Order: sequence, then structure tokens, then C-alpha cells
Amino acid sequence: MSQSWLLKNGRIIDPRNGVDRQGDLLVVNGAVAGPGEAATDGVREIDVQGCWIVPGLIDMHVHLREPGEEYKEDIVSGTRAAAAGGFTAVACMPNTRPVNDGMAVTILILQRARDGFARVYPVGAISKSSRGESLAEFADMKAAGVVALSDDGRPVRDSQLMRRALEYAGDYDLRVISHSEEKALGRHGVMNEGAVSTRLGLMGIPTAAESIMVYRDIALAEYTGRPVHIAHVSTIMSLDLIRAAKARGVRVTAETAPHYFTLTDEAVAGYNTNAKMNPPLRSEPDRLAVCEALADGTLDAVATDHAPHSTLEKEVEFDLAANGIIGLETSVPLTLALVRQGLIDEKRFVELLSVNPAGILGVAGGSLAAGVPADLTIIDPALEFDYTQDTVVSRSRNSPFLGWRLQGRAVLTMVDGRVMYDLHQRCEQHSS
Amino acid sequence: MNSGKTMTTGCHFSHKHILGIEHLSAEHIDHILQTAESFKEISGRSIKKVPTLRGRTIVNLFFEPSTRTRLSFEIAAKRMSADTFNISASTSSATKGETLIDTARNISAMHPDIIIIRHSCSGTPEMLTRYVRASVINAGDGTHEHPSQGLLDMMTVREHKGRLDGLKVTIIGDILHSRVAHSDIIGFTRMGSRVFVYGPATLIPVGLEKLGAVVCGSLEEAVRDADVVMTLRIQKERQSDPLLPTFREYAQNYGVTREVMALARNDALVMHPGPINRGVELMPDVADSSQSVILDQATNGVAVRMALLYLVMGNT
Ligand SMILES: [Zn+2]
Repeated sequence: MSQSWLLKNGRIIDPRNGVDRQGDLLVVNGAVAGPGEAATDGVREIDVQGCWIVPGLIDMHVHLREPGEEYKEDIVSGTRAAAAGGFTAVACMPNTRPVNDGMAVTILILQRARDGFARVYPVGAISKSSRGESLAEFADMKAAGVVALSDDGRPVRDSQLMRRALEYAGDYDLRVISHSEEKALGRHGVMNEGAVSTRLGLMGIPTAAESIMVYRDIALAEYTGRPVHIAHVSTIMSLDLIRAAKARGVRVTAETAPHYFTLTDEAVAGYNTNAKMNPPLRSEPDRLAVCEALADGTLDAVATDHAPHSTLEKEVEFDLAANGIIGLETSVPLTLALVRQGLIDEKRFVELLSVNPAGILGVAGGSLAAGVPADLTIIDPALEFDYTQDTVVSRSRNSPFLGWRLQGRAVLTMVDGRVMYDLHQRCEQHSS
Repeated sequence: MNSGKTMTTGCHFSHKHILGIEHLSAEHIDHILQTAESFKEISGRSIKKVPTLRGRTIVNLFFEPSTRTRLSFEIAAKRMSADTFNISASTSSATKGETLIDTARNISAMHPDIIIIRHSCSGTPEMLTRYVRASVINAGDGTHEHPSQGLLDMMTVREHKGRLDGLKVTIIGDILHSRVAHSDIIGFTRMGSRVFVYGPATLIPVGLEKLGAVVCGSLEEAVRDADVVMTLRIQKERQSDPLLPTFREYAQNYGVTREVMALARNDALVMHPGPINRGVELMPDVADSSQSVILDQATNGVAVRMALLYLVMGNT
């Protein structure tokens, strides 16, 4: 099947190359065409009037659950959900079973990803089995294909280990992604500590549990001169620390997830286990601070922390329920809501979801320059849809946004010029 | 049953479940208390039984050990002629085997009319309502609520004071882990009392004032001119969370003694939801003084629970 397309009448938003124009985009043999290139015989035309054409979106923080927990998600189902959500690439966290702390698991993931619907960038573990005791083999994993390192979900407690990880990772040009959390605070916590946790009688996790470790990680990045990326930032204090660190030149980048700028801890009311995640949903002032930080550059990326769980983990007592929600299919509409509210502009939207994740991970993408692989997402910003149990593409359905009417979504997702998702069925589907 | 007497407020009681005081308006609380007051007399008869709930099936589903609350509910149900069944399960063994939802669905398939549940996880009774057809009564969930205890506390105070409006109600101790404190704060506040709390900062939850309580800076401020002084059972440590250095230090600084009670109004009531750590949060002489209504709390508990069983059955 041809991988040549003429995408007509779209709004091309490509901030890396300073482009925001109305017009056509030509893809020839799976790559973005150069200025002189003309449509050849095999080119198929698609009218994308009213839609945006943007560099393929990259979700730099997902859990694909393979190997080990395929009943929740696997690489094929997870990347299918990614493509449906407009993502052409995802970075998958290493907390699989076994943990991706070495070459073997990395190779397995990349092998499985060949049947997937989006590019998969494995993130390797910082420590062996993510136990926080000794360093995993970074050089080996880098050679096998990991793009970054993280002990996500099992935050590195030992500051010396974290220091060594930053130093050693720097030698292999791998970014350390920190799930910054002091676990001793809120050891029994199941939601944000505050008036709502008191009302619901649920044990709290204080905001300080996050900011204490954000400060430690910034201090180590500053001391070693190595970069650090802070995952899923949720509190005012963390954002203030990151903002100040950036101002004095510390190499720190940070992401947040759509639920932190969309919901507050009030969503837990009724003991909704689909509103349980870690870090927990915070208060309204925290939510507003996250919105502000997305606009002012304190936060660099939106990543979903897509964390599929089955009913076995979620249809249980709130205290016993697993942390995490799926997010790949709701990230675009929830982030577009910020554009509609005037909090960020279209260019910033593309930076947060494509340009910056590519830059932080050091992977291709985030650009529609001539000659680059045609990884692109076509978004209809006006299209409204109901997000329901029946429409979820992911294998799991643990979303607090079920039943929401959302606005704006990907209608076409291409990787290397191949169609990975086509909402309106206008193209022949890429057969996996 | 003299339903005319219980319906004097003309209140339409529409609650199928009793999950927490938070869901009850002042009017509904008043209606429950009036109903309980009318039932209290039954427990004083030589034949302590009325046929009101004959043919009704009530299941006590207790995932946490309980002596007094379960006994109180069971006595209440039997005095109303309902058939009662007790199921005890430890949360840990339930986790290993059947899920709570499967247990609930199985019980529901046997058509009980009321399920009374106690569970160590907050919100479990509310979750249960989504899976069963029966009425659900919360007999204490985690650190959330213990509505029947809150109601019997209000009944006891109203019985002695003739009112709840305008009273100063003081609660001292482990507010953080007390579902009774939560139900009392919401209930008494809703009925017009002012609730003051005091305890070491380690035991005062964040945002408590949003529930309507005044958090005091000293024992003196908390107890001065109080109409009711309630102390809560104290635990030194919970799940390796270091809350207090010693019981000795707690007793010296937060324990309610005769001297402390002298700050309260002369006719102030002494209450405790039990079981008491005598000599820690409450001195024995205070617990046994004429101001103590601790045993009235137990008596009224049966009446309140009879009222709740009656009312959730649609007071037919
Ligand atoms: Zn994480």
C-alpha cells in the first residue's frame, strides 16, 4: 500500500519549524515532502478541512503492562489506544513483570512493538528490579534501545543511588525520569491530604511527599550538572521549586498529566477508585498552578501516565484499589480544553505533546520538516464525542472521564506515512 | 407500633440506606431521634418485643471485630422481631479469597431486607449499595462515619439537656482515626450545637474546620463552659505511625480529670463511645461520676438502631 498522501486544506502547526499556516501537506513514500516535490501517481488525497496537521504526538509516560500483566494491556492493545488518541509514539515505563532492568526485556518489548500501532520507546529501570539498591546496566539497555531511565512507581529512596544514577546515565546520554515521592510521608495515604480526605475518612498523602523529593532531585541535578526530568508534577510547591531551578539554569524538565489540570480531589467523592492514582488528585489551587505552569514553561510536557488496571484491581474497597488511570484516549481533548479556555495556545499544545517530549527523550519526531518520517496527527479540534465504556480502545477501562462529553480528538494518526488510526475510515487501514 | 407518635414531625423519611450523618438533614436527624425516643420504652417492658419487622431478614456483615455495636444491632433487630444472621469475616481473609463484591452479590441473591456492614475501609458501605438490592446500614467504616453512634450520642445529649441547639460539645482525643468523631461533628453541628475539638496535633486531621468543628489551642479553651465533654479512645501508634510518645504523657496533658471537668459547666455530661482506656483519656472517677452518661449511650444505642431498621424499611 502506498505511503504517499496529500493532506489538503489543513492547518499545519509545526512550532519547531516556525510554521502555522493553512494549506496542504504532501507525504511521499512515508516522509514529509520537500518544497520542490510534487505529488506522484500513487498519492491519495484526503481533505482535512477544519483540522490541524501536527507532528505526531508523543506520550512520554505510559505503562503498557507487557510483559507480565497482559490481562490489563499489552503492547499491541496499548499502542492501538495510543494511535486512537493521536499518539505516534509512547515511552513505556519499566515496571513490568519482570522489571525492564536489562537488555532481555528491552529487546522483548521492541520485538513485540513491531506489531504495534505506534513507536515504542522503552524506559529502563534505574536500579535492578527497581529495588532501589544497585544500578541497572545502563550501557547494555542503551545498546538494546532504551531512551531514558526511571524507577517509576518505586521511587529511588537512597539519595546516593540517585546521585550515581544521574552521573552514570549522563555518560550514556540517557535522561533520568524521577517519580519524586517521599514514601514515608503518607505511607498509608490513598488520596490527597486535605479537607476532602478528612471528610471521606481516607488517609492522606501530603503535598510535601512530592515536593521534598522534587527538591532533592533538583539539588542533585544542580550539584552533578546532569539533567533530570520530573514525572507527573501535581503540586504548587513542586512547580515553584522547578520554576526557580530553571531560572538559575539547572537542567530540569518536567511533565504533568491531564488529570492534574482537569480534576481535583473532589473527584474521589463516592469513593471512585477511578480517581485514585499516585500522585493523587490535588486541590483546586494546585490544579490552577499546574495550568499556569503549562503556560509559562515551568512544565515542558503533558504525559498521561496511562496506567491500565482491570476490574480486579479497581472494583474493590477504595483503600485496596490500585493506583492509576488510563489516559491515552483522553489526553488530546483534555489538553485542548486548555486551548479553548485561553490558557495555552495551539503552538504550546503541540510543544507540550510532541516537540518537547521528543527533545527530552532525545528521539526523532516533533517536527514536520522536509524529509522527516511522516509521523503526524490530524486533529479535529471541534469534534465532540462521548467517551464511554463501549468506545474505549485500551484493554482496561479505568478512567474517571467515562461518561464525559469531550471536545477535540485525533481523526487520523500516521507513523512513517502509514495510517495507524482513521476515525472516519477514509483510508485503508494499516494491517498489523 | 404507634406510628402516629413517630410521625409527629410530618417528615417524609426517604432514605433507603444509612451511610453517614453527612447525608441526613437536621429534619431527618430529628425524625430519627423522635422515632428512637418512642421505641425506647419497648426495651423497658418485660416482654421486649414488637412484631414490626416480622418476616424481615437482616444480615450483620462484620469485617472488623465488634462486640458492642454488633450486639446492639442484633438486639435492636430481635426486639423488632426480624430474623438476624451474623457473618464475620476478616478483611485479610476476604482479600485472599472472595472479593467483597462477590460476597455482597451472593448475600443479595438470598434476598435480605437490610445489610448492616462494618468494614475497616472507608466508603465500603457506599460501594455495597451499588451491588445489592437491600437497604445498607453503615455500622462503622474505616475512619469515615459511624452514623448510628452519632445518632445515639445526639439522642443521649438531647435526653439530658432537652435540646441540642446552642450547646457547646467538646470532643477530645484521636479525631484523625475516629469515625465517631466525624459523625458527631457533622451531626451535632447540623442540629445547632457548636463542636470544639482538642488533641495533640498528630491526631487532628487537616481541614477539620470544613466539617464544622472549631479546633482549639488548649484543653482549657476546649472544655471551658462545655455542656458535653466526650473523650475518644487513644492508641499510641497505628501501623507504625508514631502518634504519641507515651500514654503517660497523653494522660497528663490531654486526659480528662476532675480538675479539667471543673472548667466545664456544672451540669456538663461526660461521654465516651467506648471501649475506654481508663486512666489514659478518661480518669476512672470521671467515667464513673454522676455526670457520666456512658451507660445511657449503650441503652439509647438499641433504641436508635431500632429506629433506623424501622425507618429504612419505609416505616410500613
Ligand atoms: Zn510514577
